[in-house]
Amino acid sequence: MGRKSTHSMRTSTVVGVVIGVLLLAASLTSVAQAASPLRIGFGMALTGGLAANGKAALLAMEIWRDEVNKSGGLLGRPVEFVYYDDQTKPASVPGIYTKLLDVDKVDFIVSGYGTNLIAPVMPIAIERNMVLMGLFGLANNEKYNYPYYFQIGPNGPEPAKEFSRNFFALAAQQTPKLHTVALVGADAEYPHSALTGARENLKQAGFDVVYDRTYPPATVDFTPIVRAIKATNPDIVFVASYPPDSVGMVLAAHEVGLKPKFFGGGMVGLQFATFQTKLGAKLNGLVNYDFWVPEPTLNFPGIEAFLKKYQAQAEKRGVDPLGHYLPPWAYAIMQVLGQAIEGAKSTEQKTVGEYLHAHEFDTIVGKVKFGSNGEWEKPRILLVQYQNIKGNNIAQFVGPGKRIVLLPETWKSGALIYPYAEALK
Amino acid sequence: MFSMELLLNAITAGMLLGGFYAAVSLGISVTFGLLDVPNIAHPVFIIAGAYAAYAMNTAFALDPILAGLLFTPLFYGLGVVVYRIYYVSFEKKGEQALRGLVFFFGLLFILEVALSLIYGVDYRLVEASYIGNSVSVGIVGISLRLFIPFMVGLLLTLALYLFLAKTFYGKAIQGVSQDSLALRLMGADPIHMKTIAFGLGIATASLAGALLIVIAPVEPAIGREYIGRAFAIAVLGGMGSIGGTLVAALILGVAESLTSTFSGPSWSLAVSFGLLLLALAVRPSGLFGR
Repeated sequence: MGRKSTHSMRTSTVVGVVIGVLLLAASLTSVAQAASPLRIGFGMALTGGLAANGKAALLAMEIWRDEVNKSGGLLGRPVEFVYYDDQTKPASVPGIYTKLLDVDKVDFIVSGYGTNLIAPVMPIAIERNMVLMGLFGLANNEKYNYPYYFQIGPNGPEPAKEFSRNFFALAAQQTPKLHTVALVGADAEYPHSALTGARENLKQAGFDVVYDRTYPPATVDFTPIVRAIKATNPDIVFVASYPPDSVGMVLAAHEVGLKPKFFGGGMVGLQFATFQTKLGAKLNGLVNYDFWVPEPTLNFPGIEAFLKKYQAQAEKRGVDPLGHYLPPWAYAIMQVLGQAIEGAKSTEQKTVGEYLHAHEFDTIVGKVKFGSNGEWEKPRILLVQYQNIKGNNIAQFVGPGKRIVLLPETWKSGALIYPYAEALK
Repeated sequence: MFSMELLLNAITAGMLLGGFYAAVSLGISVTFGLLDVPNIAHPVFIIAGAYAAYAMNTAFALDPILAGLLFTPLFYGLGVVVYRIYYVSFEKKGEQALRGLVFFFGLLFILEVALSLIYGVDYRLVEASYIGNSVSVGIVGISLRLFIPFMVGLLLTLALYLFLAKTFYGKAIQGVSQDSLALRLMGADPIHMKTIAFGLGIATASLAGALLIVIAPVEPAIGREYIGRAFAIAVLGGMGSIGGTLVAALILGVAESLTSTFSGPSWSLAVSFGLLLLALAVRPSGLFGR
């Protein structure tokens, strides 16, 4: 024994300690990894023209996040949001997403709200091979055909056409046959896409265009525009507009006495509680798009519970008190992403992207299945008519009966009141 | 498609719009035109006026324009405070040029955020019996939603014109813009006059805001859409000319309306601002500028 055995004992001890330290470090690393948050990054309109919807969407996403974290997070990791105000400015979006990916090092990205704010994210997502969940974009992937883009709005494989397809299909069913169409929309990404699709649809339906113009988004007074439309005496008027313009068009139509046989189209904003209550009966007769309304045919599992939670917080947050338009979809987009991450058991973009393509997802807005271009495999844009609205009471919009689903047939909840003037009586 | 009915209606609609534009631009005409204060925050004061009208309309069913009128003393006081801060911080030190501009930019964003925090970012509308209704005078239809703001804008312009032209304070305010040293030698305090004028400029914003929310929905950031128009009208009319502001506003309103009706709305703003450039090329001091 002596010096040699002491030396070997020391060596064994050192080796043992090193191995122990390495094992401890490995176990601590895996614990830390398991506990480290799963970060989802996005820009969102918290100020600017689309902020009303953006803030409502954020509330819905936070409700989802809190629910998921209560149930243990995703892949055992708590979900954390990293988000910035895009101020409804497309120019601010590239900077935001570059920061999210390069500085904040988020695991996943979701888009902001709306076509105009999704468009600038596309090149960044494509360059980085990131899964991009799109929140209400119209035809953003049409030119790119990027395989990892997934859009939650039920636009279907031909989004630009789908927005107006049901509108012109229903107009074509009316007798006596309708002939002429006036098209009008804002000079912006979404209305441009919607009008492009409308021109194709109305041509297929055999209609003639008698007015086709766009207006600057900063337009204050719509009476000259509406008067010019009225002068062409169209049977059908299709409008693709953003919230303040939609209100301006409706008010101007009433003041000028524009009463085509079929009126409405892609008017964003008429789905919001603020405008529904203030415009009240002036909405009657308009045939407009929507994505979800509280009609009995659309009572999907979980939607009521979500709306209860949302409506309890909406007033305090200064957002749409009913939350029927965007919030269910903002919640659903996170449901889809969450289910994909859990289902794929991975945070690898390619793996999750392939999972998103291959599976159907259960959400509070129904079953969601994506097609090859990231849009819904089968479209489900609703055509609704505002009917029997009386006064300005918000309570009448909480339940069914005021926004009647006319198409698609699967979700139909009532009959069209035709022509438009009849519904105004 | 041209018709006399369309033409007369377009001109009428343009004039009604112009009356509203005049109300929006009067404050700039006073603060920037007469006092040379770069009050880029004026539109957000208009939006604040709109929200004040909205609050009164929602809480007490008060007519929005009446609410705007009732708030003018408060906005006058606000204007006085803002000008005093601006004067002490920048104008007195001779730093009003760039730093003053930055001050008003900062004020614009602070007020916008404050409105967002208080009212949220949802669009706001008011209710009034005349919104959505119109009257016909022969073949011309007149939207009450625009006619009433037009009349109020006209009366506001007249009131401001008479104040500046006929009263001691009004003449003193004009004196400040011409020669403040001479005014001081006359025994009037130029700073006091400027304070009153700035207060008046902001007071007009209260009423202009009420008119705005009658015409269209409002959200906190929407004021930025009016910055360009308001300054363009003030410059086109002639710096500090109240009558010129009204004429310029009517010209721009009619130009916008005629273009929207006959050429297509896309061109309306381009035509309006094109007219501005043309006018300034021919008469750089504006239509009624000295």
